[in-house]
Amino acid sequence: MNKIFRFLTLICLVLGFWQANVWYFQIPDYLLPDPLHISQILFEKRHLIFQHSLPTLLEILLGFSFGILFGCFAGLSVALFKPLRRWFLPALVISQAIPTFAIAPLLVLWLGYGLTSKVMTTVIMIFFPVASAFYDGLKNTPSEWLDLAKSMQASRWRTFYYIRIPAALPELASGIRIAAAIAPIGAIIGEWVGSSRGLGYLMITANARMQIDLMFAALCILMLLALALYFGVDKGLQRWVWW
Amino acid sequence: MTTNAILISNLCLALQGKTIFSNFNLELPAGCWSALLGPSGIGKTVLLRAIMGLNADAHKSGSILLNGKPVYQQAAYMAQTDLLLPWLTVLDNVLIGDRLQNKQKHFARQFLETALHLLDKAGLAKTAHLYPHQLSGGMRQRAALVRTLLQDKPVILMDEPFSALDAVTRHSLQNLAAELLRNKTVILVTHDPAEAVRLADTIYIMHGSPAAVTVAAHLTSLMPRDLSEPTILNAQKALLQQLLDSHSEAA
Repeated sequence: MNKIFRFLTLICLVLGFWQANVWYFQIPDYLLPDPLHISQILFEKRHLIFQHSLPTLLEILLGFSFGILFGCFAGLSVALFKPLRRWFLPALVISQAIPTFAIAPLLVLWLGYGLTSKVMTTVIMIFFPVASAFYDGLKNTPSEWLDLAKSMQASRWRTFYYIRIPAALPELASGIRIAAAIAPIGAIIGEWVGSSRGLGYLMITANARMQIDLMFAALCILMLLALALYFGVDKGLQRWVWW
Repeated sequence: MTTNAILISNLCLALQGKTIFSNFNLELPAGCWSALLGPSGIGKTVLLRAIMGLNADAHKSGSILLNGKPVYQQAAYMAQTDLLLPWLTVLDNVLIGDRLQNKQKHFARQFLETALHLLDKAGLAKTAHLYPHQLSGGMRQRAALVRTLLQDKPVILMDEPFSALDAVTRHSLQNLAAELLRNKTVILVTHDPAEAVRLADTIYIMHGSPAAVTVAAHLTSLMPRDLSEPTILNAQKALLQQLLDSHSEAA
């Protein structure tokens, strides 16, 4: 309860400061609309914003899910098979040296203007932190637990399943939290580069038409989606991976 | 040579270039408790781990056998910390050996019944569904003892299992261990002379580098022994003196 109160107070303070500045310095709407005006636009254009929110939400959720799935699979494979570690790990690191923004146009070219290219952009952004966190977790199982399993003559696979994977889950959870924070960025980058719907598309077109208030309204919804995803995921992880 | 004994023959072991054992020989009688005492860093834990085959990074040669078979196949290990897995309940923790070894289903049922019986004996029946972080240190160590017992091995290796507990909890856990591990071959590493004279039939002191052992005491009365008994009190005093001598020799 205290947390929510602090959070709401902080938001009210930021919005109040913003509103006061716009009034005091008489900043024109086309440069920085005030929060009251944005809330008015949010209400007036609610159908349009809702219509564009759904594809973005779908891209975020799909990208987030597939990113985690592929990241977990990569982390597991690299931890399990040594030869793969030698070849795949450097390739993984090199792949991260290429900014996602730079390859997003290529993804649109290869995968089209639809959902797939946006989901893929998100997957590429999420994949590495998840894979890397899971691999680190699997690599750093406390040796005492491994000794315990060895003293019980456990097979490698059973040790992996019953000890190493559960022991790695807290680190995987950290990777998933990072993924939840960056998933909306991936979807928006994809939409900026080439799309015909979504909040990113709405922001780009509103900006081009000098509808800065609409751009801010879309940004607000995007922020709310991102916060809901992060806190929802965080709450779920705290509940399921509590050790 | 006793036939029914753990025979450590010509053990040579070096860790990170330091020789811990060189042609080390020891015979530990089966079916009774042996306590190993000695200064810190002398190699007591290394010896237990060598018996369990856990020194993967060590250069090792020699044999450690019981009835002609490697001891690690017939032994269960209880470490200083409880090593309970935080994501499992107490019951699942004590059953982990069953899962790790993939026992047949009809054995699993029997295993569960034994686990519940032993948890009851250890006073943990009501906490079987709790997680380790919800238990006190003593309860956690009792759960670790039940897990060790459930492996149903003739040899139990204990590495200072009660050292982190308060005096009262330690006392009650010593009693529980003495009751539950009766007739097993137990090798107990401890720093506490009182614990050694309470529980062990034969007490060894480890000294020197490379390490060697000498028999410090041999007690025949039934354990757990009463520390206020004059003979036990004297044995404890004598053991303490021997330990002080070995420490000053090492210094």
